[in-house]
Amino acid sequence: MSPSPDAVAALKGGWAGVTDRASLDHPALNVPASDLIAVLRELKARHAFDMLADVSGVDWGVGAKPRFTVVYHLYSTTDHGYFRVAVDCADDAAPEVPSATGLWPAADWHEREAYDMFGIRFSGHPDLRRILMWDGYPHFPLRKDFPLAGIETALPDAEVVAETKTNAIAAPMAGGPFVAEPGQINMTEAEPRAKDESWSERRPKPGA
Amino acid sequence: MPSEFAFPDSAAKAARGEFETEKMSISMGPSHPSTHGVLRLQMELDGEIVTKADPVIGYLHRGDEKIAENMTYNQFVPYTDRLDYLAPLANNMAYAIAVEKLAKLEVPPRCQAIRVITAEMARISAHLLGLGAFGIDVGAWTVFLYSFTEREKLYKLFEELTGARFTTSYTRIGGVARDVPDGWLERVDAFCVQFLPQLEETLSLLTRNKIFLDRTEGIGVISKEDAIAYGLSGPNLRGSGVGLDLRKDKPYSGYEQYEFDVPVGGRGDAFDRYLVRGEEMRQSTRILRQAIAKFPSGKWYAEDARRIVAPPKDKVLTSMEELIQNFMIVTEGPQMPPGEVYFEAENPKGTLGFYVISKGGGVPWRLKIRAPSFCNLSILPKVCVGAMVSDVVSILGSLDFVMGECDR
Repeated sequence: MSPSPDAVAALKGGWAGVTDRASLDHPALNVPASDLIAVLRELKARHAFDMLADVSGVDWGVGAKPRFTVVYHLYSTTDHGYFRVAVDCADDAAPEVPSATGLWPAADWHEREAYDMFGIRFSGHPDLRRILMWDGYPHFPLRKDFPLAGIETALPDAEVVAETKTNAIAAPMAGGPFVAEPGQINMTEAEPRAKDESWSERRPKPGA
Repeated sequence: MPSEFAFPDSAAKAARGEFETEKMSISMGPSHPSTHGVLRLQMELDGEIVTKADPVIGYLHRGDEKIAENMTYNQFVPYTDRLDYLAPLANNMAYAIAVEKLAKLEVPPRCQAIRVITAEMARISAHLLGLGAFGIDVGAWTVFLYSFTEREKLYKLFEELTGARFTTSYTRIGGVARDVPDGWLERVDAFCVQFLPQLEETLSLLTRNKIFLDRTEGIGVISKEDAIAYGLSGPNLRGSGVGLDLRKDKPYSGYEQYEFDVPVGGRGDAFDRYLVRGEEMRQSTRILRQAIAKFPSGKWYAEDARRIVAPPKDKVLTSMEELIQNFMIVTEGPQMPPGEVYFEAENPKGTLGFYVISKGGGVPWRLKIRAPSFCNLSILPKVCVGAMVSDVVSILGSLDFVMGECDR
């Protein structure tokens, strides 16, 4: 069904740094960043893994060595098998791997997402901008040291507010699904829209 | 618009036989009826022709992958409802199978059949919505009314099965939440019987419709090579003539037992993608009727997986051992071995993939969601260039994306 065992053997023979990767399902290899593009090109051209299914960043935690890994899943449209290629980022402070956009245009958005979420840079990417978060957002949300409740950040609407003179109030972080502390916040305080009311659960309605 | 804006002195230019043209930059969306949610297209226009299109996504980003790292495997099931919220049952199934692959857990045939039935019903309902919305985009309102009538019947059946119309949360790791109710399969079968003529009538409103043909034929052509290079999947890939369908190529959940055809398009235009979806609904009906005809008996969850599947409620309330088992699974989550798996399922919008990294225990270390709409939209900058603005509406309608899944 799948040409994978041969592919694994051939690739391990071809590059010194390429090693087996423990896997529960598909054949998988660890590849050093310097050989990544050559290995992917070989897989695409010689072993018919012609479709890039997914690119995923992984953060192994603060202090882990290596901290960041990028995992590629390739799919063969002729043999219907998957192949996993993982590349570790050498530098934890400024993780960087070469971009696969030259091989698959599909890599463009996947790599932008990995950059957006983990801060992994893809050298040679034609347009490495944030994709899900807005331009200028200062954090990398899927890193393990980023808290689930989020970090208060200036919204990208300063110029919109200046232009339109709207008085938009950002939704509060506290009171969200994961940060509510019963007994500490009452709904009137947590919910800014209710603040204008002259009465609340604590102050009785005038005249009632 | 600045107030000093003035039309060029066209009379004088025309007299000299030249026109001064200026590129215009417009933003389509995020609140626009044809962007099906919150997609924003930043376009550069030369008159009516699009010269550049840059999709701006993320307006519906909720951080599902971050949330997944902070809860047990079963707790994440409701979040999968909200990926492609037009086919929650199919998402539930894809997620459950991905995690079961991690545990090397096989679910019983009855559970597999229930999942296939629900996934195919979800496919029909998602394609009906796609069809109706596409019709509205290009000016055919009637189709929407017809397809939503049929969808409503499906939602009644979903409600009966899962208790919810949209947010079904039906699967559990190692099974489904409950068995099918009495007489439900007969009602699904009855739906199929009455649905086929209805579908023909609905499709006949579009297939030979001159206006619809003018709006879709030769519009948004995606070549076979591009479709593969951009990682397209589902009807958008098959519309371009690539006959890939994971239900056939890498069968899961017992799809190998059912007979069905995989329709492909010839030209890869918007009309072909419409035709493929229409035919897929017929094929889904075929699968549904086969699955109902040979519906297996047995349990709807993997009984032996005592550290993964919670025991039935009556046992929990009467037996100490089952009570402890239930308590452990609810508080600590289904216990998974360390390792990593990648699983893709053929969803209505394309292949939905889950890459799960486990370090053991009941919470994933990393859960990456490969969303088909995300990949399908990444071809927009290529396919929109050279099209007219009105064609962009057709292209968006024919790509049939869901932003809940694209932005996660």
